[in-house]
Amino acid sequence: MRQFWRTMLRSPSGIIGLIILVLAIVIAVAGPFYFPNSPWRMVQRPFVPPFTLAKVPLGTDALGRDVLAGLIFGARVSLLVGLVSTLVALVVGVPLGAIAGYFGGRVDDALMRFTEFFQTIPSFALAIVLVAILQPSIYSIVAAIGLVSWPPVARLVRGEVLSLRTREYVQAAVVTGQSNAWIIWREILPNALSPVIVLASLMVATAILLESSLSFLGLGDPNLISWGYMVGAGRTVIRQAWWITVFPGVAILLSVLGLNLIGEGLNDALNPRLSREGR
Amino acid sequence: MLSFIAQRVVKGVIVLLAIIVLNFFLIRLAPGDPAVVMAGEAGASDQIFVAQLREKFGLDRPLPEQLLIYVKGIASLDLGFSFRQQAPVAKLIAERLPATLLLTLTAFAISLGLGILFGVLAARFAGTFLDTAITVLALIFYATPLFWIALIAILLFSVWADWLPSFGYETVGAGYTGLRHALDVGAHLVMPAATLGLFFMATYTRMTRASMLEVKRLDFVKTALAKGLRDGIILRRHVLRNALLPVVTLAGVHAGTLVGGAVLTETVFAWPGIGRLMYDALIQRDYNLLLGVFVVSSAMVLIFNLVTDLVYRLVDPRIEYAS
Repeated sequence: MRQFWRTMLRSPSGIIGLIILVLAIVIAVAGPFYFPNSPWRMVQRPFVPPFTLAKVPLGTDALGRDVLAGLIFGARVSLLVGLVSTLVALVVGVPLGAIAGYFGGRVDDALMRFTEFFQTIPSFALAIVLVAILQPSIYSIVAAIGLVSWPPVARLVRGEVLSLRTREYVQAAVVTGQSNAWIIWREILPNALSPVIVLASLMVATAILLESSLSFLGLGDPNLISWGYMVGAGRTVIRQAWWITVFPGVAILLSVLGLNLIGEGLNDALNPRLSREGR
Repeated sequence: MLSFIAQRVVKGVIVLLAIIVLNFFLIRLAPGDPAVVMAGEAGASDQIFVAQLREKFGLDRPLPEQLLIYVKGIASLDLGFSFRQQAPVAKLIAERLPATLLLTLTAFAISLGLGILFGVLAARFAGTFLDTAITVLALIFYATPLFWIALIAILLFSVWADWLPSFGYETVGAGYTGLRHALDVGAHLVMPAATLGLFFMATYTRMTRASMLEVKRLDFVKTALAKGLRDGIILRRHVLRNALLPVVTLAGVHAGTLVGGAVLTETVFAWPGIGRLMYDALIQRDYNLLLGVFVVSSAMVLIFNLVTDLVYRLVDPRIEYAS
């Protein structure tokens, strides 16, 4: 574990990524205490440019709402949706991949065809259709994103399990009569964990991008302010008020960038062999 | 080769059928009784009319039979009727498809061409300032939301600099013909294609760079070096050719993302393609149209995957045609 942190902190991308993520989490958790007002509330006249009024440092939008407050409350939605939908994808993808890789044969064939099918469908289009039909809410968004992003997990886990199940310690467990579920859960999966963690960190980033794209199209939860919604709302007045569109986009960019950097750092720390070969 | 193509086409058709079945059940998930919704949209919602609609669309039959009717309809290119637009869904999509193909294929060509170029440059000059600059930029564009960079491009090149038109497919009412028209469409295409391609360009740059550096250390490259071949030849013939394989695979995998990205790009630039159509359908909650676009874009992705599979086999002669 100490070795892990040392490698992680030695890679510059890992450090920058961690700093951005920690900052985003602190803002998401603590920010609303400094902004007790709802981000939907009108606090000033509309279209206050940024850096002109101390009370609304990033200006106001077309309805006089505080852009900074929106950014801070939006951080909650982005991070939450990113994390939970990735968890959903893991809950679907890990067991499917593990079962396919462990049992092989027909089971593997069937499950992998199923996975390929889901991978062929254009994922963003499917997410749009799902959220539109289930009606936009934080639950439908999380479900839709989770549902379109599990296939890479299943494929990765399958590959790992496939190579691990022939190892001697797994054979030993089989000989001692352990149940299949126990072997998969206790013997194989812990050893397949590192690449899954790397993939998961990149998936959180993709999920944040997906969520912001959905809410940009008007498929966000109508009760929760989010960065994508803010960009979408600023779009019609971009000629008069650039800041309404620019700031939330920067927020999305930074969080996704941070998570990608963490993914790279994790990759260096967890799969040292792979990363040295890679670059 | 032919049997390989036949095999892949059959597989594609099976996947398409599965998507159609999925689509059928998604329609049933949509809120409200389809007949009632349709009746309301047709402007007359009394009991007899609803019953008539039910019979007309076979909604009074058992579910498996309905599914059969639906699949038959799609097989004869009937994707249903859009009551909001008062036109058959298939006709609406057919009108919009060329614009989307133009946009996505241009974006794809730009992103693959420039992505490989930048990746090769970064790998060739690994460790120098050029490499760092390319890597950092690729990392940033890889994290940039598509719809946002499109808006920033409008802000920079249309609002502030006034170089490029910010929306549409052509200058409305200009009545250009021939070359003037092509140039006009081209000017409208620059920003949508460039912003749609940016994310993919970043991906291909990263992939090409990593893949080149990996291949560079392999034994056959050392052999080529030992034989005294010139650096340029080794880079082109030995390294690049092998390094491109994973990039082509990735390009195939990305087809779906490209089509999905077109929804955002076309929405921002008011580009009259099926992505914009999907957005309109979404805003108007026109489920028939929405799901029609979904089926067609899935079919597009399937065709694209088939083509990249063929290209892959052309690039890499080691792979057998009958897999």
